Amino acid sequence: MARTMKLRIFRGNSKDGGLQDVSVEANEGEVILDVIHRVQAEQIGDLAVRWNCKAGKCGSCSVEINGKPRLACMTQVASFDEAETVTITPLRAFPVIKDLVTDVSFNYKKAMEVRAYEPPADLKPGEARMQQIDVERSQEFRKCIECFLCQNTCHVIRDHEENKKSFAGPRFFIRLAELDMHPLDTLRNRKQSAQEEHGLGMCNITKCCTEVCPEHIRITDNAIIPMKERVVDVKYDPLRWLGSVIRKREGIN
Amino acid sequence: MSNQLERYKYDVVIIGAGGAGLRAAVEAREAGLSVAIVCKSLFGKAHTVMAEGGVAASMGNVNESDNWMVHFRDTMRGGKFLNNYRMAELHAKEAPERVWELEVWGALFDRTKEGKISQRNFGGHEYPRLAHVGDRTGLELIRTMQQRIVALQQKDGRDHGDAEKFIKVFAEVTITEILKENGKVSGAYGYRRENGEEIMFEAPAVILATGGAGKTFKITSNSWEGTGDGHALALKAGGHLIDMEFFQFHPTGMVWPPSVRGLLVTESVRGDGGVLTNSEGKRFMFDYIPDVFKDKYADNEAEADRWYTDQANNRRPPELLPRDEVARAINSEIKAGRGTEHGGVYLDVSKRLPADVIKKKLPSMWHQFYELAGVDITKEAMEVGPTCHYVMGGAWVEPDTAAVIDVPGLFAAGECAGGMHGSNRLGGNSLSDLLVFGRRAGLGAVEYVKSNGANPVTDGSVVAAAAKIEAPFNNPGSENPYALHHELQETAHNLVGIIRTKAELEEAIAKIADLRARAKNIGVSGGRQFNPGFHLTFDLDNMLLIAEAAAKSALIREESRGGHTREDFPKMSPTWRQVNNITTWNGSSIAVEQKHLPDLTKELFGLFDIHELEKYMTSDELSQSRGGSN
Ligand SMILES: Cc1cc2nc3c(=O)[nH]c(=O)nc-3n(C[C@H](O)[C@H](O)[C@H](O)COP(=O)(O)OP(=O)(O)OC[C@H]3O[C@@H](n4cnc5c(N)ncnc54)[C@H](O)[C@@H]3O)c2cc1C
Ligand code: SF4
Ligand code: SF4
Ligand code: FES
Repeated sequence: MARTMKLRIFRGNSKDGGLQDVSVEANEGEVILDVIHRVQAEQIGDLAVRWNCKAGKCGSCSVEINGKPRLACMTQVASFDEAETVTITPLRAFPVIKDLVTDVSFNYKKAMEVRAYEPPADLKPGEARMQQIDVERSQEFRKCIECFLCQNTCHVIRDHEENKKSFAGPRFFIRLAELDMHPLDTLRNRKQSAQEEHGLGMCNITKCCTEVCPEHIRITDNAIIPMKERVVDVKYDPLRWLGSVIRKREGIN
Repeated sequence: MSNQLERYKYDVVIIGAGGAGLRAAVEAREAGLSVAIVCKSLFGKAHTVMAEGGVAASMGNVNESDNWMVHFRDTMRGGKFLNNYRMAELHAKEAPERVWELEVWGALFDRTKEGKISQRNFGGHEYPRLAHVGDRTGLELIRTMQQRIVALQQKDGRDHGDAEKFIKVFAEVTITEILKENGKVSGAYGYRRENGEEIMFEAPAVILATGGAGKTFKITSNSWEGTGDGHALALKAGGHLIDMEFFQFHPTGMVWPPSVRGLLVTESVRGDGGVLTNSEGKRFMFDYIPDVFKDKYADNEAEADRWYTDQANNRRPPELLPRDEVARAINSEIKAGRGTEHGGVYLDVSKRLPADVIKKKLPSMWHQFYELAGVDITKEAMEVGPTCHYVMGGAWVEPDTAAVIDVPGLFAAGECAGGMHGSNRLGGNSLSDLLVFGRRAGLGAVEYVKSNGANPVTDGSVVAAAAKIEAPFNNPGSENPYALHHELQETAHNLVGIIRTKAELEEAIAKIADLRARAKNIGVSGGRQFNPGFHLTFDLDNMLLIAEAAAKSALIREESRGGHTREDFPKMSPTWRQVNNITTWNGSSIAVEQKHLPDLTKELFGLFDIHELEKYMTSDELSQSRGGSN
């Protein structure tokens, strides 16, 4: 059931570039990454694309397909009409290196700015006791494969270069929420730090990030909104703040 | 070239940012060394991220009878007693510590009712032993280690004003050569994938943690990084590989659609109750229980089914036999014409567990089949078949320090090191291996650096390493690297695959030599900037070495054991059990030598029932070992 697929692929680097039309064979069950690879093997030997697992697990192959942020390895060829020309371009929030490969170092800088998890000083290996229900909230966020599609789609980053300095982006809001809900983390200021150091306040809950997340993490509903709400609580209710600290410590025997 | 060459100086350079490399980095940094971590892809994307089922450690959280001795026995049995016993011993003893340590660093494993780390059943493990997070355990391990590195960097930032003073990650850099001076390691050389520029690290110690080599084969569960670079680097630096004939074909890879052929279907599907049937609807694994395992595996469905709820009084279902057995069984069913439409067998969990439990226990499997094959595994069976998954063979190392034998200053850990798993690895034993021996390699490097000090790189070494990188651009040749890679994969798959014969292996060796000759004529199109064709040229050179080592070792080993099956020598041979195949590279071809396997110590020997050992060992060996070596 082979078919011909018409692609329009960005070719170029940070200085210049443009869209190049190619036709390539596509077989049943193939994904966009397969056809990109066929173009590479048969037509454009130096076509640059990042990928790794081809199984939706590593988050390397993020590109924009017809303008939508997607994983190339999880986008079925069959989801496009045969007559359609499919446009594949690099993530637009990050600088292009070459063709479909962008410089995503912004995200690694932001990762470095989020203060690491801090276990209780007296926690001995093997002694932690936590209930499944208590780890599940953070586990949802730890499913993140760091594809940075959410970062790419968030208008705060995408449309305003100047925001990049003070805004960590949805990927790191879920990291902060993960730490905030982590039964063993002892740093108690995650919510305030999200607000004061990582620009949570600039998020106006458009939910675009949640829509593109290939792991279906409910970034806005489960991380951003609860943190925004509780930032308010925490700021004005010292008793509740104390309560949350004590709850956290219950996780340990 | 050398005036604008990017150069760095470190105490230790770690090649690889998977579980093994990152664990080594933590150890070396904590001991005060400066560390460069180099990897081919972005930080946090290494192949370890794909591991699904779990990490094996005898914590005894689910069944208190578990302990290191049981784990050791299972590992040796799984490897058919070809394992380096000392590695298997260290691994079994240290794995629990390593898993608990991950928890202290922030990992969130699934829990038991008592709030401990939950453990699941897996093939070849006597008790539920795999700590896990749904079916994304590798992601949890990578993320935890990655965040641990960031934590150490943040601390260095606070204490020393520079977060990258003691640990720096060089992502998207490929190392092409280990540099040596005076017979000892002096550094590593490579290029940045992004712009093709060369880069040189000066360091007295280098740790290889480059993972597997599955991309040598056509059908594989491995990511593109699995091109055997560390194996090749060790050989080229004057080290040796051990037992390269042993490749693990995981019994359950996807078979349809073609674009995902080989993609892994985690063993947890079977651990959690999935059964294998052929096109006639028969649960065929009962017909394939080998004699050595008859007392441990149920020979009827009723008992097998009871085992899921009562493990004390029933034998295990044969679906949970070690992987080599299950892969061969599936292969035989397909060959006998009892396969599915797309050349696999059925694996069904939908009739065993309710839909919500399947989605909870196996979320990424559900996702993978639904999105890539249009199959809802809560309602229908999956089609599965064998896929090249893991290489047991690897760099020949000292068990305690992970030092590569014959190359002072070089260390190897994780999938690129050999010996630990013998002829067949048990599921879950790799992630634990990465942590146990990643740490030991880190310690080994620390000791080495402390007692040896710097070993400066000379200009001559740099010039030689640079010339190799430039070669493909200066070559007017007409061979296409993608096409050659494709031919190599076909050759390896068809002739050095799951079932082997003398004639086919000889044919493979000739073909590989021919491909090597043609590879000299690869011409690369385009420039140096992020050029996959250029990258593949180097990866291909490594895979050619892997294929040659595998084919030659396989030809010599005239028996069938674990991940090496000879149609012309279908039985295990107690004499071959005493032998390791050691490969060496002389610059133009691979030579294979036989070495006697180290003998079990008296203490470890005593952990086994003598009647079990009779199935594997010669009578001479048994009478000698009863006395034991120490
Ligand atoms: C789909 C799948 C599922 C699995 N599930 C499990 C499981 O449940 N349990 C289990 O125990 N095992 C499992 N395994 C096996 C296990 O994941 C691997 O054996 C293990 O992750 C290998 O880790 P590593 O640290 O040795 O190397 P990898 O994680 O493979 O990392 C290799 C690193 O080396 C780098 N590198 C390689 N070559 C070079 C070079 N030339 N220059 C610079 N850097 C280089 C790479 O970029 C990468 O960072 C699974 C494997 C697969 C394929
Ligand atoms: S919800 Fe907030 S973080 Fe997410 S895309 Fe919108 S503005 Fe960005
Ligand atoms: S939160 Fe989702 S979209 Fe964002 S980086 Fe993680 S996996 Fe990707
Ligand atoms: S290649 Fe790993 S997510 Fe697409």
